[in-house]
Amino acid sequence: MIPVLLILIPLVTGLAGFFLKNAGTARGWSLLSSLVTLVISLWGLTLAKDSPLLHADVAWLPDLGSRFSVGMDGLSTILSLLTAVSFPLIFVATWRDSYRGKSWNFYALMLLSQAGLMGVFLATDALLFYFFWELALIPVYFLCSQWGGERRIAVTFKFFIYTFVGSLLMLVGLLLIYSKTPDHSFSMKSFYAMRSVISSKDQVWLFWLLFTAFAIKMPIWPLHTWQPDTYEQSPNATTMVLSAVMVKMGLFGVIRWLAPVLPVGTWAWGDTVSGACIIGMIYASLVAIKQDDLKRLIAYSSIAHVGLMCLAIFATTESGMQGVMIQMFNHGINILGMWIVVDLIERQTGTRKISQLGGLAQKAPVLAILLVVVALANVALPLTNAFIGEFLLFSGVFTSTATQFSVVFTVVAGLSIILSAVYTLNMIQRVFYGNTNTLTAQVTDIKFNEKVVLVAIVGLILFVGVYPKPMLDLTKETAEFILSKMNYKL
Amino acid sequence: MPNQGDDAGNIIYMNAILLSAIWGIIMMFSGIVTSSKTVIRNTAIIGLALLLIGNYADMMGYHLAKIEVHKMLYFDTFGLLGNSIAFASTLLLVLLSGRDMEKVGPNLAEYFALIFFVLCGVSLVTTFNSLLMLFLGIEIISIPLYILTGSDKKNLKSNEAALKYFLLGSFSTGLMLLGIAFLYGASPFGSFAVDELWTPKPAVSPLLLSGILLLLISMSFKVSAAPFHFWTPDVYDGAPTVFTSFMATIVKVSIFIGFIRLFDEGFGQGAAQWQIFVAIITAATLFIGNITAVFQQSVKRMLAYSSIAQAGFMLLGLLSLTGIAKQGIILYAAAYSLATIGIFAILLRMKDYTFEGFNGLAKRQPLLAATCTIFLLSLAGIPLTGGFFAKYYMLMSVVSTGKYIWLVIFAVLCAAVSVYYYFRVIQAMYFKDGDGGTEAEPSAGFKGLLVLLAVLIVVLGVFPQALLHQLTSMIYTW
Repeated sequence: MIPVLLILIPLVTGLAGFFLKNAGTARGWSLLSSLVTLVISLWGLTLAKDSPLLHADVAWLPDLGSRFSVGMDGLSTILSLLTAVSFPLIFVATWRDSYRGKSWNFYALMLLSQAGLMGVFLATDALLFYFFWELALIPVYFLCSQWGGERRIAVTFKFFIYTFVGSLLMLVGLLLIYSKTPDHSFSMKSFYAMRSVISSKDQVWLFWLLFTAFAIKMPIWPLHTWQPDTYEQSPNATTMVLSAVMVKMGLFGVIRWLAPVLPVGTWAWGDTVSGACIIGMIYASLVAIKQDDLKRLIAYSSIAHVGLMCLAIFATTESGMQGVMIQMFNHGINILGMWIVVDLIERQTGTRKISQLGGLAQKAPVLAILLVVVALANVALPLTNAFIGEFLLFSGVFTSTATQFSVVFTVVAGLSIILSAVYTLNMIQRVFYGNTNTLTAQVTDIKFNEKVVLVAIVGLILFVGVYPKPMLDLTKETAEFILSKMNYKL
Repeated sequence: MPNQGDDAGNIIYMNAILLSAIWGIIMMFSGIVTSSKTVIRNTAIIGLALLLIGNYADMMGYHLAKIEVHKMLYFDTFGLLGNSIAFASTLLLVLLSGRDMEKVGPNLAEYFALIFFVLCGVSLVTTFNSLLMLFLGIEIISIPLYILTGSDKKNLKSNEAALKYFLLGSFSTGLMLLGIAFLYGASPFGSFAVDELWTPKPAVSPLLLSGILLLLISMSFKVSAAPFHFWTPDVYDGAPTVFTSFMATIVKVSIFIGFIRLFDEGFGQGAAQWQIFVAIITAATLFIGNITAVFQQSVKRMLAYSSIAQAGFMLLGLLSLTGIAKQGIILYAAAYSLATIGIFAILLRMKDYTFEGFNGLAKRQPLLAATCTIFLLSLAGIPLTGGFFAKYYMLMSVVSTGKYIWLVIFAVLCAAVSVYYYFRVIQAMYFKDGDGGTEAEPSAGFKGLLVLLAVLIVVLGVFPQALLHQLTSMIYTW
């Protein structure tokens, strides 16, 4: 019931949004819709875990062994919550952005992408998952191509082709697994039983069909080349969706549809993938230090953070797995905060070049304080939410028994955290402190709507940072369940 | 259902064949009786509607006449459903683009007559049970098509296309005849019936295998599979666009249904002997169709290559020949025909056939652009459109056999390439500025039909079983 509503509300309101024909109405409409979704998502949190309201299962394609089946466990709850929280924040934060042309279409497409994302996180049927996986992409394609920056068409196209290749390979992978299921079913239950049916040899190559799609989405080095361009060229609201929620699709895919289904394949390639992760983390951090464009800097920092989460999945430890689930939420919230600040700066000064900015703290003190909190969360300082997440991640990687290189991975990953402090603090210093120049002299402090959003984000950062227990409780059972399926020794 | 029984081969379900032949003659004479184009067009529309109803009556067990066919034809749901798709697509094509047919030349009545004769051939090809009927059907389809291709008499390209098509087409027909002769010679019972062709002997005679290969080549030619596709771009480009639309959809998918029928019934048991050839043809078709389409400047030519690429996907069904493949080919026929007819209908109204001609269409004609987007997404195989499930069934059919996984992976990579050229049209319509537009403001009826097509495609993309319901219940007992 609740998962169905979470998908249907943005879907229906989004389709209706195409007919509003008025920018102001559409903006209000989309905010209202996303708030309703948020309320329903919060309602879902209050229910007991075995409540029938948290699941739905309807016949869809009986001949194909696929059902419209959705459900919420710890993992999907936390990610659907992230989706539900992000969209109202994005709509409020970009309230003053204006979009050329038929701007009501912009809001309608945003809601459709939310529907797709919700579907991805809630589906418990592999074909349905694939359906939503693609559907989340189409609205984003139109959003970026229509309202993005100068090079938008070519860049978005690269992004689209990249992810489309990945998802088609994933489709073949899912079909191959499906064709081996004894009961001809796409259900999660049947897929989770495949570990003993598919031979180890097959698992080893099937792994790549699925993992390529997820690695492109995350993105993992060396498949990340679409990401900085796309983040840079997309309209800010869409960049927020992409980086706060959409990259989590890749991590989610590995946890839900890859690691428990092909545990031997996952284990066999664990070191290879982990190696790519740490190379990517160091590489992205070094590149981030050199960036002059704020959006590109955050884009590269995101690659580094996601790399760490991916590393922890392959560590196959409980604290690592819980850390990933919690950190997916935290990273979404934190990076949203970063983007909102970038959006503010760009709207007021017309530039994103760090070299052209300076002295913003004098002009916008409230913004500066809020940003510092967000930025500190980005470098995982204690008392912030990311500290909890990254602490769990690191302890998970360090104690991993699935690899013999756990110490190396931990040390190199730790290095990237130091580098992340370098570029984040450097960015704050150059943008917010120092002398003002002609561009930054007219900057005013943040307005009410932006204040609300940033205070909410800072509130979430500190709340989870100080009192992580609800999050830990929520993810514990699911993490244990996934790990029991991932146990390659059985 | 009544047509499932053993007597399906004897009692005749010939409504479609009779009706299409008779109506073709009526159309020929309608040009003498009246010179009003509206009357002629409406007569054709009535004829097509009757054909559709007649075919449906066949499926329900009501027949115009009972004729003993001596197992020359075999009427099962697969073939009859294929007929329905062909007739319904033609009806939609005429409703959408009937007016554009008038612009081709003065002989409107004859064009419609030829189309009905083609449909007569189509109903033979989809339900044949004897190689002679197959040959007859293919020829009845081909000869009117040669004429239709050259119907724009004052256009040099049209003339060239017709001649090229005729020369190459007759050559492939010759090969087909030779193949049939070989098969007849190799047949243990001295019979043309497809279900009696295969020798249950362990060793396959060279005569039989070369017969199969000759038929494979000539049928590949007809469905424009590589490397026998060279006529396709020139013919599709040179023919009047409205007939290109007809050839690329209805004719092609019907021949495909015959193709599958021939290889499944005739040589299904010996699949291991010829599968590798089909696999090579499939891979070549996918590769050449998709890669060449990328470099086209004209949307019409791009669609010609895209039709080759789509044929490559349909060939996957020929490779696997499972129940899923047969369902899939029906779904593919419907999804592909609907989308392609829609795009061609829009293309016909455009001032400029190049990609630039579509620039900024979304601003001037938002509805045309939106429906065209749905058609293109369907051809690219994006979920929520019929094209996704069409491709899904094709891939699934090969995956379920457990062989040729490399071909499946190759096919999806080619599908990713196809996104490039389909999305170029979307980009032009939505994200580029320009004065692309239609020649005249399209009528409300035209727009309504486009919306209907788009809705049908989405329905197929959410509930593919709406179409396949009849088929699934019996396909495995076939």
